[in-house]
Amino acid sequence: MVAYYRGQMDAVFKALADESRRALLDQLHKCNGQTLGELCAHLDMTRQAVTKHLLLLEAANLVVVVWRGREKLHYLNPVPLHEISERWIGKYERHRLQALSGLKAGLEQNQPKKKQPNKKG
Amino acid sequence: MAKPMLVYTTYIRSTPKKVWDAITQPKFTRQYWGGLALVSDWKKGSTWDMATAGETPEVYTTGKVVESTPPKRLVLSWIDPENLKDVSRVTYEIEIVKDTVCLTVTHDQFKPSSTMPGRVNGGWPRVLSSLKSFLETGKGLAAAKCG
Repeated sequence: MVAYYRGQMDAVFKALADESRRALLDQLHKCNGQTLGELCAHLDMTRQAVTKHLLLLEAANLVVVVWRGREKLHYLNPVPLHEISERWIGKYERHRLQALSGLKAGLEQNQPKKKQPNKKG
Repeated sequence: MAKPMLVYTTYIRSTPKKVWDAITQPKFTRQYWGGLALVSDWKKGSTWDMATAGETPEVYTTGKVVESTPPKRLVLSWIDPENLKDVSRVTYEIEIVKDTVCLTVTHDQFKPSSTMPGRVNGGWPRVLSSLKSFLETGKGLAAAKCG
């Protein structure tokens, strides 16, 4: 199970570690469901390079392909990004929050007791 | 044929039957869909509701079952209960890919004036990653509402 998650996340990080692939994702974010031709028109890359990058993005499940007749449409799929944010960043954030609340508890224990507010005042 | 607007997929270590049950049984949807129950008998032509739990449930989304082929394909109309003209379509497709289940959700056929795309496009990734977590680990993720 651990190897399975690592494999999925490796594919996503590898896909994101390239400027051209991020540009492709940005392009789909602007306008979802583009064909290869449409994507090529917006990017300064050869058709072969775009095809290669799209295959890697598909393998990482960051891009989903839908066929409409003979047209192959590419869609941005943000689900794996959300999984990473929840499983990784969320996990570290929780630890940091726990550390902070521990620090707060420790500091408050050493604090001289506050004066009770004067009800009459 | 118009372009579908929103397409999401997730690969889940599970079986098509378990994925189908997780989508259609309120005791499961509550655990990964921000506490919301999706209720219907899931037969073609039946009504379905997405609602909060409790004695006076608040209905977030409603609609009809357009097509139901367990455990492979479920097509729903997706209606804002506060604006019954705001009708769109959601299709769930469940298929086996190698040793995992690929779940694809397509949300399309939005009316030109619909506010739904902006309301659900952040929600679906949250719900689907929460569903994946629920089926693989037994726990959904916090704050996974959609719509």
